[in-house]
Amino acid sequence: MNQLVNLPAGVKGKDLTALLKQMWLIRYFEEKVDEFFAKGMIHGTTHLAVGQEASAVGSIAVLEARDKITSTHRGHGHCIAKGAEANRMMAELFGRTTGYCKGKGGSMHIADVEQGNLGANGIVGGGFSIAAGAALTSQLKKEGYVVLCFFGDGASNEGSFHEALNLASIWKLPVVFICENNQYGMSGPAKEMMNIEDVAKRAEAYGIPGKVVDGNDILDVMSGVGEAVDRARDGEGPSIVEAKTYRWKGHSKSDAKKYRTREEEQEWRAKDPIAKFRSVLIEEGLLTEESADKLKAEANKEIEDSVEFAKNSPMPTLDDLMEDIYA
Amino acid sequence: MRELTYLEAVREAMSQEMRENEDVFILGEDIGVYGGAFGVTRGMIEEFGPERIRNTPISEAAISGTAVGAALTGMRPILELQFSDFITIAMDNMVNQAAKIRYMYGGKGKVPMVLRTPAGSGTGAAAQHSQSLEAWMAHVPGLKVVQPSTAYDAKGLLKAAIDDDNPVIFYEHKLCYKTKSDVPEEPYSIPLGKADIKREGSDATIVATAIMVHKALEAAVELEKDGISVEIIDPRTLVPLDTETIVASVKKTSRLIVVHEAVKRGGFGGEIASMIAESEAFDYLDAPIKRLGGKAVPIPYNPDLEKAAVPSVEDIVSAVKETLNRL
Repeated sequence: MNQLVNLPAGVKGKDLTALLKQMWLIRYFEEKVDEFFAKGMIHGTTHLAVGQEASAVGSIAVLEARDKITSTHRGHGHCIAKGAEANRMMAELFGRTTGYCKGKGGSMHIADVEQGNLGANGIVGGGFSIAAGAALTSQLKKEGYVVLCFFGDGASNEGSFHEALNLASIWKLPVVFICENNQYGMSGPAKEMMNIEDVAKRAEAYGIPGKVVDGNDILDVMSGVGEAVDRARDGEGPSIVEAKTYRWKGHSKSDAKKYRTREEEQEWRAKDPIAKFRSVLIEEGLLTEESADKLKAEANKEIEDSVEFAKNSPMPTLDDLMEDIYA
Repeated sequence: MRELTYLEAVREAMSQEMRENEDVFILGEDIGVYGGAFGVTRGMIEEFGPERIRNTPISEAAISGTAVGAALTGMRPILELQFSDFITIAMDNMVNQAAKIRYMYGGKGKVPMVLRTPAGSGTGAAAQHSQSLEAWMAHVPGLKVVQPSTAYDAKGLLKAAIDDDNPVIFYEHKLCYKTKSDVPEEPYSIPLGKADIKREGSDATIVATAIMVHKALEAAVELEKDGISVEIIDPRTLVPLDTETIVASVKKTSRLIVVHEAVKRGGFGGEIASMIAESEAFDYLDAPIKRLGGKAVPIPYNPDLEKAAVPSVEDIVSAVKETLNRL
C-alpha cells in the first residue's frame, strides 16, 4: 500500500493510487455514458459528474466497509466510489437484467443496499431523511456504522433539508451531510438561489459543525469528511461538509448551458481534480508518469469492458414487468 | 370474551409486537407522555422508553423519510401521523420513496413500515383535519392500504401490517376509536386482502368501509323492518382487495351499493363498481350499481353541514330501496 507521511488525518493508511484509479473510472464511465446518449444508444436521461470525482471518491474513501451512503440524481460517481462494479452499472444504463436494478431503475436509481449504497435518488433532497433513518438504525441497533448523505446546493433549498437536519441534530444521529456545491441547480446559480455563500453556514441553525472544503482537492475532502465521520461515529452527531466543485457537463443530456459562460467552464476545467491529484502522487513519488498512465489505461479498459458486458447481457422479458413490486 | 375499544385494540397490537420484536418502534409527534393526539400511545413510553416511543419534531416529511430509511436498513418502524390530512406533507416519501424503492432497485431492499393515521370527519375539526384520502394511496403501486372498522379487525390487521415487508398505510377512523368489540387477549393476525362479511343477507350487497360499515349495519336493521335483507361486506383492505368475496356476494344478491365517507368523485367506490362491472358478476346484476360517497366539498365546520357532507344511515336505506325499486 502506498502511503504519504505528511497528510491530514483520515488520509493516512489509504491506498491513494487506488483512489486515483477510482476517479479515472468515474471520468471514463461518465464520458462513455455521455457518448452513448449523444448517439442514442441509451434512452431516458442522465446526470453526469465529470469534474466532481474528488468529492465522491474523497468522501467515501474515509469510510469503513460497513458504512452507508445515500446518493443523488448525479450519483454514478458515488456508486463507483462505494465499490459498485462498472459492469453492472453500465448494464443498468443499457436496461439489462444484469444491471444493479435488473434494468428497472436506470441512471437515477442505482443502489446496492447490501453493500451499503442505499440508492441514488430522482427526487432532489430525497435522501436527507432516508439517510437520517439509516443512521437511526445504526444508533438503535448499536451497529456503529455512519451514513454519508450526498446532496447538491440546489437540494439545500428543499424543505426536506431543514426537517432532516433538525431531526438528525436533536437525536445526534451518525450521519454526515456532504454538499457537493457545483454552483448550479440545473440552470439556477447558487448565488441567485441562496442569500448566503456557503451551504455549510446553514449548519449553525442546527448547532452542528459546518465546514467548507476544496471539492476539487481529494486530500482536502478526505480531511474534512474524515473529521466529520469520526465525530459521527463517536456519537457526537451530524455535520455538514461542503465541497466546492463544478460539473463540467450540463445538468442533463438536453442542456445547452445558456446560463453560464464558456470562460467560466474553462476556469474550472483548469482545476481538474484528477490532474491535480495525479501530480501530487507523482511529486510525492507514489507514482511515475509511466505508472500513472498505466493506471489510467487500466481504468479505461475496465469501462470499455463494461460496455461489452452490458451489450452482451440479456434484456428483461415482459414477464419481469410485474415482478418486484411487493416483497 | 373481553371487550376492547378500537383505540385500545390498536395500542394492544403495537405493544404486543414491540414486546416480541426489538426492531419495532414508533415515531410521531406528541406520542410520548402526551400519548398522541388521540391518546393511542398513552402509557407506551412508560413501558418501552423514549428510544422506542420516539417523540419527533413537527416534521412529517422528515419522520416519514426517517421511517423509510430505518425500514430499509432493518427496522420495522410504525409512524403515527396525527391526522391523515397531514399525509400531504409525508406524501413524497410515501409515494416517491417507500412505494417504489423495491421496484426501482430491481427487487433488492424492502421497506417494512406502517404509517398509522386517524382519518375522517365527525369531530368538528373542519376541512384540514377531517378528510378521507385513502383513494390517493390506493392508486400507488407498491403501497398497501388498510381501513379497519372494528376493534377486532384493527388488532389483527395491525399485527399483519407490522409483520408485512411492505409499506402499509393504516387508516383509523376517528369515530371508530370508541367503538367496542370482543378482542382476544393473545396476538392474532388477519391477513391483508381478506374481506369480512359483517352481515349476511340475500337481497342486496353493501360494500362499506371504515365508519360506513357501522352506518350500513344500522341501515340493515331499518331495512329488515321492511323485509329487506342486505349483505354487508367490509373489504378491510383496499390494497390488496379481496375481489373474490365481493364478486361472490354480488352473484348471490344481484344488487350492489358501495358506500364510503371519502368524496365520491374519484373515490375507491368507483374502483369497486368497475371491478364488478368487469367481472363475471356483471351478468347477475338486476339493477345499476349505486355509489354513495362524500359530497365534493371541503368538510365544513358547522355540525349540520358536516353531517350532510357524508353519507348517512338514511342515505344508505334509500339507496338500497332504490336499487330494489322499493321506494
